[in-house]
Amino acid sequence: MHEMAITQSLVDIIAEEMRAHRAGKLLNVRVQIGQMTAVVPDALRFCFDILTQHTPMAGAELIVEWVPVQARCESCERTFEVKDHAFVCPVCGRSAAATSAGRELSIVEIEVE
Amino acid sequence: MKINVVRNILEANARIAAENRELFAEKKVLVMNLMSSPGAGKTSLLEKTIDSLKGRMAIGVIEGDIQSSQDAERIAAKDIPVVQINTGGACHLDGNMIRDTFHHFDFDALDLLVVENVGNLVCPAEFDLGEDVKVAILSVAEGDDKPAKYPLIFHESQALLINKIDLLPYVDCSVEKIRAESLKINTQIAILEVSCRTGLGISEWCAWLTDRIAAKGLGIK
Repeated sequence: MHEMAITQSLVDIIAEEMRAHRAGKLLNVRVQIGQMTAVVPDALRFCFDILTQHTPMAGAELIVEWVPVQARCESCERTFEVKDHAFVCPVCGRSAAATSAGRELSIVEIEVE
Repeated sequence: MKINVVRNILEANARIAAENRELFAEKKVLVMNLMSSPGAGKTSLLEKTIDSLKGRMAIGVIEGDIQSSQDAERIAAKDIPVVQINTGGACHLDGNMIRDTFHHFDFDALDLLVVENVGNLVCPAEFDLGEDVKVAILSVAEGDDKPAKYPLIFHESQALLINKIDLLPYVDCSVEKIRAESLKINTQIAILEVSCRTGLGISEWCAWLTDRIAAKGLGIK
Protein backbone atom coordinates (compact mmCIF):
# COMPACT_ATOMS: atom_id res chain seq x y z
CA MET A 1 0.00 0.00 0.00
CA HIS A 2 2.64 2.53 -1.00
CA GLU A 3 -0.23 4.40 -2.68
CA MET A 4 -0.82 6.02 0.73
CA ALA A 5 2.71 7.50 0.69
CA ILE A 6 2.30 8.63 -2.92
CA THR A 7 -1.12 10.16 -2.19
CA GLN A 8 0.25 11.97 0.88
CA SER A 9 2.91 13.58 -1.33
CA LEU A 10 0.21 14.51 -3.87
CA VAL A 11 -1.98 16.08 -1.17
CA ASP A 12 1.03 18.03 0.19
CA ILE A 13 1.72 19.51 -3.26
CA ILE A 14 -1.95 20.43 -3.81
CA ALA A 15 -2.09 22.13 -0.39
CA GLU A 16 1.03 24.13 -1.23
CA GLU A 17 -0.37 25.22 -4.61
CA MET A 18 -3.77 26.12 -3.11
CA ARG A 19 -2.07 28.29 -0.47
CA ALA A 20 0.07 30.00 -3.13
CA HIS A 21 -3.03 30.78 -5.21
CA ARG A 22 -5.26 31.58 -2.21
CA ALA A 23 -7.76 28.95 -3.34
CA GLY A 24 -10.64 28.00 -1.03
CA LYS A 25 -11.81 24.72 -2.53
CA LEU A 26 -10.40 22.04 -4.78
CA LEU A 27 -12.73 20.90 -7.57
CA ASN A 28 -10.49 18.41 -9.30
CA VAL A 29 -6.89 17.35 -9.79
CA ARG A 30 -5.41 15.83 -12.92
CA VAL A 31 -2.49 13.42 -12.56
CA GLN A 32 -0.43 11.43 -15.05
CA ILE A 33 0.54 7.90 -14.04
CA GLY A 34 2.84 5.84 -16.23
CA GLN A 35 1.93 2.23 -16.81
CA MET A 36 5.44 1.24 -15.70
CA THR A 37 4.70 2.32 -12.13
CA ALA A 38 3.43 0.14 -9.34
CA VAL A 39 0.30 2.22 -8.77
CA VAL A 40 -3.23 0.85 -8.58
CA PRO A 41 -5.69 3.67 -9.46
CA ASP A 42 -8.48 2.43 -7.18
CA ALA A 43 -6.04 2.40 -4.25
CA LEU A 44 -4.94 5.93 -5.16
CA ARG A 45 -8.57 7.15 -5.19
CA PHE A 46 -9.30 5.36 -1.92
CA CYS A 47 -6.28 7.00 -0.23
CA PHE A 48 -7.12 10.39 -1.76
CA ASP A 49 -10.67 10.29 -0.36
CA ILE A 50 -9.38 9.39 3.11
CA LEU A 51 -6.54 11.91 3.24
CA THR A 52 -8.70 14.82 2.00
CA GLN A 53 -11.58 14.31 4.48
CA HIS A 54 -12.43 17.50 6.37
CA THR A 55 -10.09 19.57 4.19
CA PRO A 56 -10.77 22.05 1.34
CA MET A 57 -9.91 19.13 -0.99
CA ALA A 58 -12.76 16.90 0.24
CA GLY A 59 -15.00 15.63 -2.54
CA ALA A 60 -12.63 16.72 -5.33
CA GLU A 61 -12.37 14.50 -8.38
CA LEU A 62 -9.09 12.70 -8.96
CA ILE A 63 -8.62 12.42 -12.73
CA VAL A 64 -6.00 9.84 -13.70
CA GLU A 65 -4.42 9.89 -17.17
CA TRP A 66 -2.54 6.68 -17.95
CA VAL A 67 0.67 7.06 -19.90
CA PRO A 68 1.61 4.05 -22.04
CA VAL A 69 5.16 2.76 -21.81
CA GLN A 70 7.43 3.92 -24.63
CA ALA A 71 11.04 3.08 -25.33
CA ARG A 72 13.64 4.30 -27.78
CA CYS A 73 15.53 1.72 -29.81
CA GLU A 74 19.25 2.16 -29.34
CA SER A 75 19.98 0.78 -32.81
CA CYS A 76 17.53 2.52 -35.15
CA GLU A 77 16.52 5.29 -32.69
CA ARG A 78 12.82 4.77 -33.31
CA THR A 79 10.43 5.33 -30.43
CA PHE A 80 7.83 2.60 -29.98
CA GLU A 81 5.11 1.58 -27.57
CA VAL A 82 6.13 -1.23 -25.24
CA LYS A 83 3.53 -3.98 -25.05
CA ASP A 84 3.57 -6.79 -22.46
CA HIS A 85 6.71 -5.22 -20.98
CA ALA A 86 8.80 -6.36 -23.98
CA PHE A 87 11.50 -3.77 -24.64
CA VAL A 88 12.21 -5.13 -28.12
CA CYS A 89 12.07 -2.84 -31.17
CA PRO A 90 9.23 -3.92 -33.50
CA VAL A 91 11.06 -2.43 -36.51
CA CYS A 92 14.59 -3.79 -36.31
CA GLY A 93 13.99 -6.50 -33.69
CA ARG A 94 16.83 -5.27 -31.51
CA SER A 95 16.53 -4.82 -27.79
CA ALA A 96 16.02 -1.29 -26.57
CA ALA A 97 17.06 -0.14 -23.14
CA ALA A 98 15.93 3.46 -22.88
CA THR A 99 12.46 3.99 -21.47
CA SER A 100 11.14 7.30 -22.80
CA ALA A 101 7.67 7.29 -21.20
CA GLY A 102 5.61 5.26 -18.78
CA ARG A 103 7.40 6.04 -15.51
CA GLU A 104 5.42 9.26 -14.88
CA LEU A 105 4.02 10.02 -11.47
CA SER A 106 3.07 13.65 -11.99
CA ILE A 107 0.49 16.19 -11.04
CA VAL A 108 -0.55 18.17 -14.12
CA GLU A 109 -3.35 20.53 -13.21
CA ILE A 110 -5.73 21.49 -10.43
CA GLU A 111 -9.06 23.26 -10.71
CA VAL A 112 -9.98 25.38 -7.72
CA GLU A 113 -12.38 28.10 -6.64
CA MET B 1 -9.95 28.52 -11.99
CA LYS B 2 -7.56 26.01 -13.55
CA ILE B 3 -3.96 26.05 -12.38
CA ASN B 4 -1.21 24.41 -14.35
CA VAL B 5 0.94 22.46 -11.90
CA VAL B 6 3.52 20.22 -13.53
CA ARG B 7 5.35 18.60 -10.63
CA ASN B 8 6.64 15.13 -9.83
CA ILE B 9 4.39 13.73 -7.09
CA LEU B 10 7.41 12.12 -5.42
CA GLU B 11 9.50 15.31 -5.71
CA ALA B 12 10.08 15.51 -1.94
CA ASN B 13 11.54 11.99 -1.91
CA ALA B 14 13.46 12.64 -5.13
CA ARG B 15 15.09 15.73 -3.57
CA ILE B 16 16.21 13.85 -0.44
CA ALA B 17 17.42 10.90 -2.53
CA ALA B 18 19.49 13.30 -4.66
CA GLU B 19 21.06 14.76 -1.49
CA ASN B 20 21.83 11.24 -0.23
CA ARG B 21 23.41 10.37 -3.59
CA GLU B 22 25.55 13.50 -3.44
CA LEU B 23 26.80 12.59 0.04
CA PHE B 24 27.60 8.99 -1.00
CA ALA B 25 29.56 10.30 -4.00
CA GLU B 26 31.47 12.80 -1.87
CA LYS B 27 32.29 10.13 0.73
CA LYS B 28 33.17 7.59 -1.99
CA VAL B 29 30.78 4.91 -0.74
CA LEU B 30 28.98 2.50 -3.05
CA VAL B 31 25.36 2.06 -1.97
CA MET B 32 23.28 -0.96 -2.94
CA ASN B 33 19.51 -1.23 -2.51
CA LEU B 34 18.68 -4.93 -2.09
CA MET B 35 15.07 -5.87 -2.85
CA SER B 36 13.00 -9.06 -2.95
CA SER B 37 9.88 -10.77 -1.63
CA PRO B 38 9.95 -11.83 2.02
CA GLY B 39 11.98 -15.01 2.37
CA ALA B 40 13.86 -14.86 -0.94
CA GLY B 41 17.18 -14.68 0.89
CA LYS B 42 18.22 -11.02 1.28
CA THR B 43 19.74 -11.43 4.75
CA SER B 44 21.31 -14.79 3.88
CA LEU B 45 22.90 -13.22 0.79
CA LEU B 46 24.19 -10.39 2.94
CA GLU B 47 25.73 -12.82 5.43
CA LYS B 48 27.49 -14.67 2.59
CA THR B 49 28.59 -11.41 0.96
CA ILE B 50 30.00 -10.08 4.23
CA ASP B 51 31.87 -13.36 4.88
CA SER B 52 33.38 -13.13 1.43
CA LEU B 53 34.25 -9.41 1.28
CA LYS B 54 34.81 -8.38 4.89
CA GLY B 55 38.59 -8.78 4.80
CA ARG B 56 38.82 -6.71 1.64
CA MET B 57 36.51 -3.74 2.30
CA ALA B 58 34.56 -1.95 5.02
CA ILE B 59 30.85 -2.75 4.85
CA GLY B 60 27.86 -1.16 6.59
CA VAL B 61 24.25 -2.32 6.55
CA ILE B 62 20.82 -0.71 6.93
CA GLU B 63 18.09 -3.25 7.67
CA GLY B 64 14.52 -2.33 6.73
CA ASP B 65 11.65 -4.28 8.23
CA ILE B 66 8.09 -3.53 9.23
CA GLN B 67 9.04 -4.67 12.70
CA SER B 68 11.60 -6.73 14.70
CA SER B 69 15.38 -6.51 14.77
CA GLN B 70 16.11 -10.14 13.92
CA ASP B 71 17.88 -9.29 10.66
CA ALA B 72 20.03 -6.60 12.29
CA GLU B 73 21.07 -9.09 14.98
CA ARG B 74 22.18 -11.57 12.30
CA ILE B 75 24.31 -8.88 10.65
CA ALA B 76 25.66 -7.50 13.97
CA ALA B 77 26.95 -11.03 14.71
CA LYS B 78 29.34 -10.45 11.79
CA ASP B 79 30.81 -7.46 13.63
CA ILE B 80 29.58 -5.03 10.97
CA PRO B 81 28.00 -1.61 11.66
CA VAL B 82 24.26 -2.10 11.22
CA VAL B 83 21.16 0.02 11.80
CA GLN B 84 17.64 -1.39 11.94
CA ILE B 85 14.81 0.72 10.52
CA ASN B 86 11.34 -0.37 11.61
CA THR B 87 8.86 1.20 9.22
CA GLY B 88 5.95 0.38 11.55
CA GLY B 89 3.73 -0.78 8.71
CA ALA B 90 5.11 1.01 5.66
CA CYS B 91 5.87 -1.44 2.87
CA HIS B 92 9.05 0.24 1.60
CA LEU B 93 11.97 2.43 2.64
CA ASP B 94 12.25 6.02 1.40
CA GLY B 95 15.03 8.58 1.12
CA ASN B 96 14.21 10.24 4.41
CA MET B 97 14.42 7.00 6.43
CA ILE B 98 17.87 6.38 4.96
CA ARG B 99 19.03 9.93 5.77
CA ASP B 100 17.88 9.48 9.38
CA THR B 101 20.43 6.65 9.87
CA PHE B 102 23.48 8.64 8.70
CA HIS B 103 24.72 9.58 12.18
CA HIS B 104 25.27 5.87 12.90
CA PHE B 105 27.92 5.51 10.19
CA ASP B 106 31.45 6.77 9.67
CA PHE B 107 31.22 7.18 5.89
CA ASP B 108 34.88 8.19 5.64
CA ALA B 109 35.79 4.65 6.68
CA LEU B 110 33.11 2.83 4.65
CA ASP B 111 33.43 1.31 1.15
CA LEU B 112 30.06 -0.36 0.74
CA LEU B 113 26.68 0.40 2.31
CA VAL B 114 23.96 -2.18 1.74
CA VAL B 115 20.33 -1.25 2.28
CA GLU B 116 18.15 -4.31 2.78
CA ASN B 117 14.71 -3.09 1.82
CA VAL B 118 11.41 -4.30 3.29
CA GLY B 119 10.47 -7.71 1.84
CA ASN B 120 8.11 -6.78 -0.97
CA LEU B 121 8.28 -7.25 -4.74
CA VAL B 122 6.20 -4.16 -5.60
CA CYS B 123 6.60 -0.97 -3.57
CA PRO B 124 10.36 -0.66 -2.91
CA ALA B 125 11.03 -0.37 -6.67
CA GLU B 126 9.14 2.93 -6.79
CA PHE B 127 11.18 4.85 -4.20
CA ASP B 128 14.65 6.22 -4.92
CA LEU B 129 16.91 6.08 -1.85
CA GLY B 130 19.93 7.69 -3.50
CA GLU B 131 21.55 4.31 -4.11
CA ASP B 132 24.05 3.53 -6.88
CA VAL B 133 22.68 0.11 -7.71
CA LYS B 134 19.42 -1.70 -7.23
CA VAL B 135 19.65 -5.48 -6.97
CA ALA B 136 16.69 -7.88 -6.93
CA ILE B 137 16.64 -11.42 -5.61
CA LEU B 138 14.16 -14.02 -6.81
CA SER B 139 14.26 -17.50 -5.33
CA VAL B 140 13.30 -20.48 -7.47
CA ALA B 141 10.71 -21.51 -4.87
CA GLU B 142 8.69 -18.38 -5.72
CA GLY B 143 8.10 -19.50 -9.31
CA ASP B 144 9.21 -18.38 -12.76
CA ASP B 145 6.16 -16.18 -13.40
CA LYS B 146 7.37 -13.33 -11.16
CA PRO B 147 9.16 -11.14 -13.77
CA ALA B 148 6.00 -11.03 -15.88
CA LYS B 149 3.79 -10.36 -12.85
CA TYR B 150 5.99 -7.76 -11.13
CA PRO B 151 7.90 -6.12 -14.02
CA LEU B 152 8.89 -2.85 -12.34
CA ILE B 153 11.41 -4.31 -9.90
CA PHE B 154 13.10 -6.24 -12.75
CA HIS B 155 13.04 -3.13 -14.95
CA GLU B 156 14.70 -0.97 -12.30
CA SER B 157 17.40 -3.39 -11.10
CA GLN B 158 20.93 -3.62 -12.46
CA ALA B 159 21.28 -7.22 -11.32
CA LEU B 160 18.98 -10.14 -10.61
CA LEU B 161 20.13 -12.96 -8.36
CA ILE B 162 18.27 -16.24 -8.80
CA ASN B 163 18.64 -17.73 -5.33
CA LYS B 164 18.05 -21.18 -3.80
CA ILE B 165 19.28 -22.69 -7.06
CA ASP B 166 20.03 -25.89 -5.08
CA LEU B 167 16.25 -26.38 -4.74
CA LEU B 168 15.71 -26.63 -8.53
CA PRO B 169 15.23 -30.44 -8.56
CA TYR B 170 12.35 -30.05 -6.11
CA VAL B 171 10.38 -27.15 -7.59
CA ASP B 172 8.65 -26.53 -10.91
CA CYS B 173 10.62 -23.49 -11.92
CA SER B 174 12.36 -22.74 -15.21
CA VAL B 175 15.50 -20.64 -14.78
CA GLU B 176 15.48 -20.15 -18.55
CA LYS B 177 12.02 -18.59 -18.33
CA ILE B 178 13.13 -16.24 -15.53
CA ARG B 179 16.14 -15.23 -17.64
CA ALA B 180 14.15 -14.71 -20.86
CA GLU B 181 11.34 -12.72 -19.21
CA SER B 182 13.73 -10.57 -17.16
CA LEU B 183 15.82 -9.74 -20.23
CA LYS B 184 12.66 -8.86 -22.17
CA ILE B 185 11.83 -6.27 -19.47
CA ASN B 186 15.39 -5.07 -18.92
CA THR B 187 17.88 -5.80 -21.67
CA GLN B 188 20.82 -4.64 -19.53
CA ILE B 189 20.16 -6.66 -16.37
CA ALA B 190 22.95 -8.94 -15.12
CA ILE B 191 21.58 -12.33 -14.05
CA LEU B 192 23.47 -14.54 -11.61
CA GLU B 193 22.47 -17.91 -10.18
CA VAL B 194 23.32 -18.40 -6.52
CA SER B 195 22.65 -20.60 -3.54
CA CYS B 196 23.23 -18.95 -0.18
CA ARG B 197 22.95 -22.40 1.41
CA THR B 198 25.66 -24.13 -0.64
CA GLY B 199 27.66 -21.02 -1.56
CA LEU B 200 27.26 -21.66 -5.29
CA GLY B 201 27.71 -18.48 -7.35
CA ILE B 202 28.64 -16.30 -4.37
CA SER B 203 32.17 -15.58 -5.61
CA GLU B 204 30.79 -14.50 -9.03
CA TRP B 205 28.26 -12.27 -7.26
CA CYS B 206 30.96 -10.69 -5.07
CA ALA B 207 33.08 -10.09 -8.19
CA TRP B 208 30.12 -8.32 -9.85
CA LEU B 209 29.62 -6.17 -6.77
CA THR B 210 33.32 -5.34 -6.44
CA ASP B 211 33.33 -4.32 -10.12
CA ARG B 212 30.59 -1.76 -9.37
CA ILE B 213 32.93 -0.06 -6.90
CA ALA B 214 35.54 0.21 -9.64
CA ALA B 215 32.90 1.31 -12.16
CA LYS B 216 31.94 4.21 -9.89
CA GLY B 217 35.59 5.22 -9.88
CA LEU B 218 36.00 4.35 -6.20
CA GLY B 219 38.91 2.55 -4.63
CA ILE B 220 38.93 0.53 -1.44
CA LYS B 221 39.83 2.78 1.50
